[in-house]
This record gives sequence, structure tokens and C-alpha cells, in this order.
Amino acid sequence: MTGIVDLPLWAAVPVAVLLLVGAGFTLTGSIGLLRLGSFYERLHAPTLGTSLGVGCILLASMVFFSVLQTRLVVHEVLVGILVVVTTPVTLMLLARAALHRDRLEGDDKVPRSARPPDPSA
Amino acid sequence: MPHPIVSAALFVMWLLLNESIAPGPMLVGAVLAVLGGWALALLKPGRTRLRRLGVALRLAGVVVADLVRSNIAVTQVILHRRRDRRAGFLRIHLTLRNPQALAVLACILTATPGTAWVEYDTEDGWLLLHVLDLIDEASWVSIVKDRYERPLMEIFQ
Amino acid sequence: MSVTLLTWSLMIAQIMLGLAFVCATYRVLRGPRAQDRVVGLDTLYVNGMLLLLTFGIRSGTVLYFEAALVIALLVFVSTAALAKFLMRGEVIE
Repeated sequence: MTGIVDLPLWAAVPVAVLLLVGAGFTLTGSIGLLRLGSFYERLHAPTLGTSLGVGCILLASMVFFSVLQTRLVVHEVLVGILVVVTTPVTLMLLARAALHRDRLEGDDKVPRSARPPDPSA
Repeated sequence: MPHPIVSAALFVMWLLLNESIAPGPMLVGAVLAVLGGWALALLKPGRTRLRRLGVALRLAGVVVADLVRSNIAVTQVILHRRRDRRAGFLRIHLTLRNPQALAVLACILTATPGTAWVEYDTEDGWLLLHVLDLIDEASWVSIVKDRYERPLMEIFQ
Repeated sequence: MSVTLLTWSLMIAQIMLGLAFVCATYRVLRGPRAQDRVVGLDTLYVNGMLLLLTFGIRSGTVLYFEAALVIALLVFVSTAALAKFLMRGEVIE
């Protein structure tokens, strides 16, 4: 970890801003994981980190390495695509698993089905 | 080539991983792309015709803008505790039935902070959403139906 | 000038990501239920991946990027397997 290589200022400023914004959103998401009350509310917390958090930090890395190596470095896009495509799938699976478990335990706070309750029943 | 778009995406992915456009990686990438397309054809995902590229691009722009907006909204929900905030489940009746389009809708809704796709009833088309800040149910329904569902129906018709 | 700017912003970003890591770890340890722990683990993976990317910028090497790519792949497999386990009680039927 010896040296941060000298970048021109016009590149250093966006890298710094993107890093701070991305880290800030990720931290807020994780604080939400602590502060929100129920499981279904906490399910929203990681998406802060996986949308703008990942996006900003990957963009910072792309700008940094592109200027550093004076060529376009875009392979960070792969991590971005991977995260964007996989996070919704895992969160949906988790939500369904939690719903299934809550229904098995007879929790009244979760809806019994996706259909609205029949008023005649 | 049974799935040209998937094959092209695999080819680009291989070149990005190698970070070169030398003949060697290009050749391996082409083999990978053809094999990947065949493998997908064996799985028989059902063919979908994508139309209206302009609508798709506009939808992508809307989703990015909503992503930024809802990130800021959820940040405010987490950092300032409001007394009147109410989280809860919301039922929406969808007219969209194409499985691929529903998958895209599910990814959009779950990736946006503040809304999470929980369950979908395939028989009647009822969707169960969980919303972090459920102040106005009607506005959430109109966001899902007008902003996302209508363009998706145009794209995957 | 730009070295000081980058040094400080990287340090602050790493401290924030480290705190995020601690928050997620707390959720994994405390629960209260299994699904809460899995959401915590998912967040932990993403925070760790972002921390590695900032290390990559600090050291100026692309090696960390590959580690981040592997983590991004692993987070999907592990969380999907855990969600399946929560649903059925076993991973492979």
C-alpha cells in the first residue's frame, strides 16, 4: 500500500466524489439493516448497497484505472451486471422463503395469499 | 445460431474478461458463444421477440432515474425516523402475463430500494409487493402499472 | 494535491465501508431469525466486495478486481442455496 499514484486533478475529483457517495449509500443500507424493525423492512436495506453503492464505486474504479493506464478499462462492468442481475433473484428467493416460514408458523401479520381475501368467505 | 443476442453477450463478456481483442481470445470467445447459445436452446426457454427498441431504452432511462430517486428516499427513511411511516404489503393486479416480461418487472421492482417483489399468483395475476414507505397505496399502484407494466407490455408483446 | 484528495477520500470511504461491514456482522450474529442472518450475510458479501475494490484503487493493481468478481459470483450461489434451505430444510433434494 505504498503510493496512490498521482492522477490529474480533473480525474481525482470525480473518483473521490464517487467513492464517498458509493460508500455513503452502502453504509446507510447497512445502518438500515440495524435500525429497521421487521424482516420484510430489512429486506430493502441491502438494495441501497447493490444499486448506487456498487454503481458509484465501480464507476470510480473505472475512471481511476482508465486514467492511470491511459486506456479504457471497462471490465468492472461485468461485476456491475453480475450484481444487478443476481441481487433481485436472491432477495426474491429469500422473501418467498421467509413468507413460507411465517405462514407455516401461522403468523397473522403476513398475507395468506397473493390474492385479495374473499369478502364473502 | 439459435440465440444470437445471448451468444453476442457471451462473446463480449469473454473479451471483457480477457481485456484483449487478440485473435486467440476472439476464437475461444466465439466457440464459447456458439456453445452457450446451443446450451440455452437445449433448455428451451421459449422464444421471445423483442420489439420497440426505443421503448426499451426509454424504460431503462426511467429505471435508472427511479433507482437514484428511491435510493435517496430510502436513505431519508433510514436516517430520519418518521412517526407516520408505515411499511406494508400491497396487492396489485397485473395484466402482464409473458413470463420473461414478468421476470424483468420482478428484477426492476426488487432492485429498486423501497419495493420488493414477494409473491405472484400465476392463475389470476395478483402480485404481492412489500413497500417500505406505504403512505399512498394508489400512487404505488400507478407507478408499477403506468411506469413499468405498460412499456413492458409494448416491448414483449 | 490530487494525492491528498484521493488518500483522504479513500480512507473515509474505507472507514464507512468498514462500519457497514460491522453493521452487517451484527445482524448476522444477532438474528433474531434465520432469514435475518441470511440477509445480513448477503449484505456482508457486498460490503466486502466493495472494500476489496477500494483496496484495488489504493494499490493501483487490478488483482483485487478478480477477487471482487469471484465474490460477486459466490454471493449469488450462497444466498440462493441458503434461501432454498430455509424454504425446504435441505439444499439438495
